[in-house]
Amino acid sequence: MSGSDNRSEMSEDEELPDLGGDATHSSNSTAVSGGGGDQNYVSPSPDQVLENVLENVLCFLTSRRDRNAASLVCKSWYRAEALTRSELFIGNCYSVSPRRVTNRFRLVKAIAIKGKPRFSDFSLLPPDWGAHFGPWLSAMARSYRALEKLYLKRMSVTDEDLAIAAHSFPILKELVMVCCEGFGTSGLASVASECRQIRVLELMDSDIGDDEEDWISCFPDNVTCLESFIFDCVEAPINFEALEQLVARSPSLKKLRLNCYISIGQLYRLMIRAPQLTHLGTGSFSPLEIVAQGEQELNYFSAFAACKSLICLSGFREIIPDYLSAIYPVCGNLTSLNLSYANINAEQLKPVICQCHKLQTFWVLDSVSDEGLQAVSAACKDLRELRVFPVQALEDAEGPVSEVGLLAISEGCRKLQSILYFCQRMTNAAVVAMSKNCPDLVVFRLCIMGRHRPDHITGEPMDEGFGAIVKNCKKLTRLAVSGLLTDRAFSYIGQYGKLLRTLSVAFAGNTDLGLKYLLEGCPKLQKLEIRDSPFGDSALFAGLQHYYNMRFLWMSSCKVTRLGCEEIARQLPGLVVEVITRDREENETSEYVDTLYMYRSLDGPRADAPRFVHIL
Amino acid sequence: MNLKATELRLGLPGTDESQKEYSSFVKSNKRSSEGMDSSCNEEECATAPKAQVVGWPPVRSYRKNVLQQQQKKSDSDVSGMYVKVSMDGAPYLRKIDIKVYKNYPDLLMALENMFKCSMGVYSEREGYNGSEYAPTYEDKDGDWMLVGDVPWDMFVTSCKRLRIMKGSEAKGLGCQ
Repeated sequence: MSGSDNRSEMSEDEELPDLGGDATHSSNSTAVSGGGGDQNYVSPSPDQVLENVLENVLCFLTSRRDRNAASLVCKSWYRAEALTRSELFIGNCYSVSPRRVTNRFRLVKAIAIKGKPRFSDFSLLPPDWGAHFGPWLSAMARSYRALEKLYLKRMSVTDEDLAIAAHSFPILKELVMVCCEGFGTSGLASVASECRQIRVLELMDSDIGDDEEDWISCFPDNVTCLESFIFDCVEAPINFEALEQLVARSPSLKKLRLNCYISIGQLYRLMIRAPQLTHLGTGSFSPLEIVAQGEQELNYFSAFAACKSLICLSGFREIIPDYLSAIYPVCGNLTSLNLSYANINAEQLKPVICQCHKLQTFWVLDSVSDEGLQAVSAACKDLRELRVFPVQALEDAEGPVSEVGLLAISEGCRKLQSILYFCQRMTNAAVVAMSKNCPDLVVFRLCIMGRHRPDHITGEPMDEGFGAIVKNCKKLTRLAVSGLLTDRAFSYIGQYGKLLRTLSVAFAGNTDLGLKYLLEGCPKLQKLEIRDSPFGDSALFAGLQHYYNMRFLWMSSCKVTRLGCEEIARQLPGLVVEVITRDREENETSEYVDTLYMYRSLDGPRADAPRFVHIL
Repeated sequence: MNLKATELRLGLPGTDESQKEYSSFVKSNKRSSEGMDSSCNEEECATAPKAQVVGWPPVRSYRKNVLQQQQKKSDSDVSGMYVKVSMDGAPYLRKIDIKVYKNYPDLLMALENMFKCSMGVYSEREGYNGSEYAPTYEDKDGDWMLVGDVPWDMFVTSCKRLRIMKGSEAKGLGCQ
């Protein structure tokens, strides 16, 4: 649903006729050939032939950007494309109404819908803001009964929604929910019992309530087609016996990620039933309280040794470090290892990581310190993605990782494409070094946890470091900045960040110039989220020619005024300008808006906005 | 609209805001302090304590909660409150709160009662020589020590778990 760069005034969707409810497969409604309605065979018109050929060819077009382009050629192509598109991506659930979507696209098998803006993950959006799955579900339940794949991210989903979905999509094969909330294990029970064809059921980073429902027992008794079963974020005990039997009757199961209520002993039992697993989330990775000491300690090492196809490991939610050696047999094959819930130190990490020479994705806690990262750098020459999370997410905590770790990684892992790095102190020199050592970087997210913190050795702002990143990493599309940053940093980003699509800014910049540099310099910018930075109305106006092409703009605790926002809304009628106000005392006023969230919509402002959201 | 001219700031006129120290607590008078109390470099309250800002650092609350819970569990273990106790030959472990006991004799008596064994009396030179069983413990560094060697308070904070060894095996420890 994205417009092309140069069409900021008009939307291609608004230009073309609304097909309404009459659009059918045949093009006889164009009435080019005569004889509408008579029963004799009429040889197809050249247009019709062309359209048939086109439809057959368009089936091979899978990329949605290619399809968007094809749909703009002419009405005939638009129609043909609409009839043959089977995968839909809705990047912002409020950018278009469900009805418009189901009217245009008739043959949808797979749909992805994203809801809340990312800053909602950090409690910056009050609950009940929106992104309800309900309305989409109603439309899809009518029009897409043959739906096979459903992907939801940051949507608000209820148990009732899940029950209706399970009932409405009898051949649903894949259900993936990431960062969703609003439902519990009773919703999962509906899915388990009614979605008989389910191959992929993945729940990730979602807030799922414990309704004390034994949902695992709701899967049908026969052999299942489960290939991927991920429930590591479900914070509720489950029926282990039922799970064990489920795994035993799921011969196609390749991905299994358990929650923290599964002990290491239970993990063992599951692993010996499913040695064909390629992806495993290990659950707690610690024993239950009462250990029958008379028995032999289970041979976890051999269980891992039997899983010869294992390439991805995660979990370790309550790890007893002694048990980590059990994973040695699979280390040499691992391409992905997630230890980001395992509070282990460098000494405990080293014997594991030195064997992981094929590792491409590594998530870890900063408890491993710079020394641990040096070991990663020495061993993981093929590393593409690194994420270092903080054990203590506080501004003034002791920071075990620093520029030393970042520098080491940059020197050892030259193929790095994506990094997320939380730290308490950093230097420009290390960031510059990474920009030069890792030219393939596509994602660079550095979070110096102390607000406005400068280079801790030179005392200078972090402008030069981030400047080097945008300048030297020519493939960069996603950037998150932090530390003490002046407008100069933004001038660099505007100057060099030509491919940048996603930018995250917090506690940075001096004046409106900062934001102006971005809006004027970065033509591909799609998602811009800014908090606590001194950008005001004049900077906001600098982006007028750009906002229709963006997925959204978020600005919270900045210096935009209500009048400024109203002016934007006036000049760009296709934009939905949401002003979100938090509760205040009676005598409190502020000329500045708390949160501005704006996005383009084809169907005007949403009808479900809560009272704290004002749509201008 | 030149809002910069009307800004209120602490600091000498003409100073660039980028020189500002990061360590000050940033609080705006235009906003209340509940919920989102971050501001945008407007004013400083240098005497106010450093408070945490909503949603910063940007770590999902799910992750924060998990790590906090882990911290609580490990704190209670390492600080020597509830520790597991095993005895050679016994089928099940037990768990006791060592903070409940006042000194070594107290603890030893409790253990003897719990496991129906006799451990005798500790001596610095001989350990628990002559007893059927001897109490040992794993300390914070992962080493196995004889119970009684260190002062009681130090023991309570460093003991991670207890193991009642057969007297014959414990001889090795006692002789160190």
